[in-house]
Amino acid sequence: MEDNQIEDGEKNTNVEVAPALISVHPTQNSVAVAVGSDLRVYDLLGDCAVSLVDDSGATSHKDSIRAIRYGANGKLFVSAGDDKVVKIWFAESWQCICTVISEKRVSAVAISNDGQHVCFADKFGVVWVVDLHGIDGSEASVSKTAAPLLAHYCSIITGLEFSPDGQYVVSADRDFKIRVTIFPKKPLDGAHEIQSFCLGHTEFVSCLAFVITLDYPQGFLVSGSGDSTVRLWDITSGSLLDTCEVAAKVGHLESNGSDEGYSTITDLCAIPDTTLVAAAIQSLQGVMLLSCNLSTKTLSVAKVISIKGENVIPTSLASSSCTGLLWMVTGVSNLPGFDCPSVSRVKVISGFNKSSLDSLEHEPLPLEDNDILGGTKLLEKLQGSVTVDEKVFTAAAEALKAAMCNLLIKKQYSVEKREFRKRTRNDRKTKQ
Amino acid sequence: MLEKESNPTHSKSTGLPRKRFYRARAHSNPLSDSHFPVPVSPSHVDFSLHYPQFFPSSSEVSCSKKIQFADIGCGFGGLLISLSTLFPETLMIGMELRDKVTEYVKERILALRGSNPGQYQNVSVVRTNSMKYIPNYFEKGQLTKMFFLFPDPHFKEKNHRRRVISLHLLDEYAYVLGVGGIIYTITDVEELGDWMKSCLESHPMFEALKKEELEADPVVKLLCSATEEGQKVARNGGQTFQAVFRRIVPTS
Ligand SMILES: C[S@@+](CC[C@H](N)C(=O)[O-])C[C@H]1O[C@@H](n2cnc3c(N)ncnc32)[C@H](O)[C@@H]1O
Repeated sequence: MEDNQIEDGEKNTNVEVAPALISVHPTQNSVAVAVGSDLRVYDLLGDCAVSLVDDSGATSHKDSIRAIRYGANGKLFVSAGDDKVVKIWFAESWQCICTVISEKRVSAVAISNDGQHVCFADKFGVVWVVDLHGIDGSEASVSKTAAPLLAHYCSIITGLEFSPDGQYVVSADRDFKIRVTIFPKKPLDGAHEIQSFCLGHTEFVSCLAFVITLDYPQGFLVSGSGDSTVRLWDITSGSLLDTCEVAAKVGHLESNGSDEGYSTITDLCAIPDTTLVAAAIQSLQGVMLLSCNLSTKTLSVAKVISIKGENVIPTSLASSSCTGLLWMVTGVSNLPGFDCPSVSRVKVISGFNKSSLDSLEHEPLPLEDNDILGGTKLLEKLQGSVTVDEKVFTAAAEALKAAMCNLLIKKQYSVEKREFRKRTRNDRKTKQ
Repeated sequence: MLEKESNPTHSKSTGLPRKRFYRARAHSNPLSDSHFPVPVSPSHVDFSLHYPQFFPSSSEVSCSKKIQFADIGCGFGGLLISLSTLFPETLMIGMELRDKVTEYVKERILALRGSNPGQYQNVSVVRTNSMKYIPNYFEKGQLTKMFFLFPDPHFKEKNHRRRVISLHLLDEYAYVLGVGGIIYTITDVEELGDWMKSCLESHPMFEALKKEELEADPVVKLLCSATEEGQKVARNGGQTFQAVFRRIVPTS
């Protein structure tokens, strides 16, 4: 009788808007964008759009994709989401080599550094692991089953990362928690040894990233949250090293700062070979750059890069080694009230070299469409069209804000309201 | 402070709170999001509120004592009360989901402190969902004993994930228990007893206590006699099923 909110949420048939996602191959061989159920890939080496090779039919995913990523060595790519299907692709032939059926909707994915295991998190807080040993893609796509690896008790997992040394798997949830678990030798038996919990956020954790440099190859974890902070952690001990408040900085730029969820961090991207972290923030047109000082273990706002003349509030960020480029996408699917079911806009900021921000010769700047690698051909593939209507983005930003709040912020009901909700529950009425 | 005479919810003769004023729903759903405060991390827990005599707020020297025993789903608190005098120097806490029941335990401890000066200073209770917030209360390896006495059985297979012992939740219990720490479970539901035992047996960080060890442990005797639920089962002559395991270093 007493059902919980997550269960209720799962039964909810309302179509939810889903943010557009972007991911770049680690050495920039290709770039992928997911909008709704659509997975779009552009081959940057061959300068051409990619056609996915998937036995399971024309559309690989039947519902919104919620997570995409390349493996660290660039061989594999994973996509998953609301259709409860995890697809593992060869990132060269773009053949789907393995399909895994999940019991629940998938909210996050990760690939072990050696490319032998794929992990995915479902909306009930369980992280699953798939063993890829023996799959070489020589046969047609195989089906695999996943084994449970660990669980956050009935929470939604919002981020999943392997530590740079591969020793740990890090999982973040909407209950403000980040769990650091030793990734075991036999993952199919489960990951039972918790190294630490990183506790300090006071709202849902929305994203994770590792800042890695030559001096600190083990890296430091950064996390973004609905509490308008980005935090720096020592994952071995779980200690909070520094907290960076972004709300104040954003507030200077935009002045309508009264509504809630105003400065939620939606994505973080550590820019390879630098100590910079780019942050996408729910109300910020452009990105905020944070600078991480790994010797003093501090994190501070370095700069805001705004995108002039365009209403681009990125929903997802990506970067790759040695290119000095930061990729971003903004967009949604299932946007209510518009005839286009989904929109997306890709932007690239260039000028991040192997250095800290101070020593950059030129300020990082957004590129004009024609100057983007792949130019209009790339935009046509990833955006679906070269030009996108401005008005749609404003609506999209609003819809996304609402969707994120609904999903991740716990509703605070007054006592009377709770009693009222209990009395008027549908499941109870139907039983009478 | 305690107002023995004027408090109608307390018994006039003993000064203890009367259970009938603290009756609550039989079961709470541990999955639903609730609305009690949760400490951001263990360092945010204010021990001076729980154990004022051990943490006098006026003194500058901070007490380094840490909670060592946790009674999960402590109900009306019978076990804690027994343990309190058996281990007077050990800090212990009950975790209980039901609001009214937690209030009852709070009052019970205050009343006992009032009528037994110097005693029961080492025991306290918090209202929380232990299945979600254990790491918010305890640091790694901090606990030496954890108790799960007569937990709700959640019979239906679909509801097994509501059980307070599961392979996944044991990961968290193994995290807050120090090596050598002991987890005590008991139930009068045979199927749940089998379930708890098999979860513990399949977890790489726990091993069963030997028969001699069980006999030598004074706490084991309390499992079926100290709590309200245990006494009820005993009165009805019911059978009980216990599983007592030690936290070990996993062999990898
Ligand atoms: C059957 S009673 C047993 C109480 C006590 N241990 C005894 O033996 O008398 C189980 C208790 O666990 C509590 N409980 C259930 N789920 C809980 C949770 N997730 N966190 C804290 N307490 C919980 C219930 O409210 C109930 O009081």
